Amino acid sequence: MTRLEPLLAEHPFCRDLAPGQISRLAACARERQFAADEVLAREGEEIREFFLIRSGRVALEIFTARRGPLLIQTREAGDFLGWLGLEPHALWVVDARALEVTRVLILPLPCLNQLLEEDPILGYQLLKRFTQGLARHFASMKRQVVNLLHGL
Amino acid sequence: MATGPEPSLRLTLEEFAAFLADVRRLGFTLLGPTLVQGDFVHREIAGVADLPRGVGMVQEAGTFRLVPRGDEALFGYPVGQPSWKPVFFPPERLLWTGRRTGRGWEIRLPPEDREPVALLGVRPCDLAALEVLDRIFLHGPYVDPYYQAQRNTALVVAVNCTVPGGTCFCASLGTGPRAAAGFDVALTEMLTGDGHWFLAEAGSDRGRRLLSELPGRPARPEEEAAASQALAQAAGHMGRSLKTAGLKEDLYARYEHRHWAEVAARCLTCGNCAMVCPTCFCHLVEDSLNLTGDRAERRRIQDVCFTVAHSYIHGGSVRSTPRARYRQWLTHKLATWQDQFGCLDCVGCGRCITWCPVGIDLTAEVTALRVPETPGPAGPEERHDQAGASAG
Amino acid sequence: MASEPRSVTPGRLEPMLPVLLPVVKRRRETGDTVTLALDPGPEGFGFAPGQFNMLTVLGLGEVPISISGDPGDRSRLVHTIRAVGPVTRALCRLTPGATVGVRGPYGTPWPVAGQTGRDILIIAGGLGLAPLRPALCQVLARRREFGAVEVIYGARRPEDLLYREELSRWRGRFDVRVHVTVDAAGADWRGPVGVVTTLIPHARFDPPYTSAFICGPGVMMRFTVGDLLARGVPEERIFVSLERNMQCGLGLCGHCQLGPLFVCKDGPVFSYARVKEWLTLREI
Repeated sequence: MTRLEPLLAEHPFCRDLAPGQISRLAACARERQFAADEVLAREGEEIREFFLIRSGRVALEIFTARRGPLLIQTREAGDFLGWLGLEPHALWVVDARALEVTRVLILPLPCLNQLLEEDPILGYQLLKRFTQGLARHFASMKRQVVNLLHGL
Repeated sequence: MATGPEPSLRLTLEEFAAFLADVRRLGFTLLGPTLVQGDFVHREIAGVADLPRGVGMVQEAGTFRLVPRGDEALFGYPVGQPSWKPVFFPPERLLWTGRRTGRGWEIRLPPEDREPVALLGVRPCDLAALEVLDRIFLHGPYVDPYYQAQRNTALVVAVNCTVPGGTCFCASLGTGPRAAAGFDVALTEMLTGDGHWFLAEAGSDRGRRLLSELPGRPARPEEEAAASQALAQAAGHMGRSLKTAGLKEDLYARYEHRHWAEVAARCLTCGNCAMVCPTCFCHLVEDSLNLTGDRAERRRIQDVCFTVAHSYIHGGSVRSTPRARYRQWLTHKLATWQDQFGCLDCVGCGRCITWCPVGIDLTAEVTALRVPETPGPAGPEERHDQAGASAG
Repeated sequence: MASEPRSVTPGRLEPMLPVLLPVVKRRRETGDTVTLALDPGPEGFGFAPGQFNMLTVLGLGEVPISISGDPGDRSRLVHTIRAVGPVTRALCRLTPGATVGVRGPYGTPWPVAGQTGRDILIIAGGLGLAPLRPALCQVLARRREFGAVEVIYGARRPEDLLYREELSRWRGRFDVRVHVTVDAAGADWRGPVGVVTTLIPHARFDPPYTSAFICGPGVMMRFTVGDLLARGVPEERIFVSLERNMQCGLGLCGHCQLGPLFVCKDGPVFSYARVKEWLTLREI
């Protein structure tokens, strides 16, 4: 067992996965810590990594010439950041910036995608969790849109 | 070495005074360096008696002091705070006035009441600065009429620099310490064993005519050689230098260099550097109305790119951080200007260094910016290992 | 030495001198936006689509405003103005008979003439339709020179749409397709809701043979350009109109710089190929 396996196992995105599935993921994973204001991803850059946030907080921002970065949403400990199932060479459409010291597990997409292709059972599990997370984020954004555009 | 077909003239102090009198007799308002309550300024002067005598300057980053030289030199210093830019590009200028006529308006240009000016003591770097301003205000698609009128009539008497300052770097930019062009008359002041004299060269027909009417005798080869040697020595004693080869390319590649943030931590964004710069040309256009609402005015006012307002469009400023504003100033002068006007916007006068209240030094900042960035002490991979170890 | 104020024939003496033109028509477009028609006098006012004028409310100030009229009609000078600051608010309050100071036209045009034989995409966000309207007028006036012509226009809400009469007139034509979307709407809106880029897949165009003219907020233009590039529209055939602080319009005052470019004289219309390296830098 590598030292990353318990870290993966305790992240909500991997909850209740079988130990074998965890160790397959761990074979791809690495750990990283971002300082406050350090950038995890930048708009226009190719998406190469899938992040599992262990602690800290990440701001999703869109940069505007007149008002600088506009904060749209945050991702917290226990959230994921990134995309599964996109076409290769897809680009980030937001900046992701650590708001405080943030520890993440990084799953590089080439490795992760290969794992999903080779292990459809694990693939289905991960895509299901990804979709559930997206649904939560979209639900939140729809309510933000209502609040902002309709002033409610 | 004589640059014109005629040999240079050797002028005594008295002949130099006669030269200034001739210039005034021709109808020029003579502007020159003078001391007003201890301040070194450019003002209208009557003659040699108004020039600072025996004055030297100590200049370093954030430091300027007038010091006695202990001699009779009239130009024994490099450049002070004032450049000649305000003569052609005044800090504030009335462009037009409007008078209400019922529901409409009538617009008039202000009276044209300027007299031709003669500039005495234009240093080679400031000559180069005027050439730079010409590219903007005379040689672009739009000509500034005030600048043009003032520039076309101005008589330029240059003074070569035998005493470079601590923040000077004209030698590395090829703009000094000897004037090559852009003057009517160029002087080199010499204090030698055989007295106080000037080597005078003509740089235009007007200058040639002026000199031909003076009593001074042609300079001897050894006198020309002495002046050349003094100037060559000055070139070797510049307090600063700037390497220009590849400068634009280097700065274009360094927009995200971490040194910008380091400078921004010191920069007060006061704009002193842009205000003393002999070539910075940004200006505001400001309209106003009198209290009764029947007189309107438009003025052009010198601006600096260090204000938040400089890049403001409704909704916000494009360059909201000091880092971005300092970057704009420096890259404009040394990089983007080259694409815009085909030259550097820096003439090596060193004023921005001397007059920066916190001593930010353009030449040093450029040196730091030209160092390619190396990865920080803990790159991503190392940090991963450390984090892993502590988490293990 | 003349010390009398000089009367002037407005012209080239002093490039900062406006000509004074009367407002002849005012139309309210939306809650904060007004279209003013000025009478340029017997000589008329010629301009190319995409160019702008500096408009003065005397005593108050001067602002750059794109020209929104039909470049084929020299007899009216048309500007659409959104009230966002003191000068634009004053402009929006002007009524027929009032005087506006005008300098211009300035800037580079949408290169309509250079796109013969190509499909044309006109993509506008919000007030961005104002500088694109003359381009569409010119495209429609020379309709046979082009392939498909598709207009994509997004506004915040239905009541923020500009030129509603003309939009429906354009929609009635068989030789141009108009797609309109809004960010938010009430229940009575039957059109699409979503950002402008969601309509790009609905437009019919052949990417390598398409030229796109885009104007809108910065974020909108960034994402629109990104989508068009991904579809294969060549970067030198994507044109954007940029906005910066402009105080002289002559390339002299220094405020509108974007790297080595003066937006007022090198732009405001640029090919994406020309500006991309500067658009990807921040706070530049």
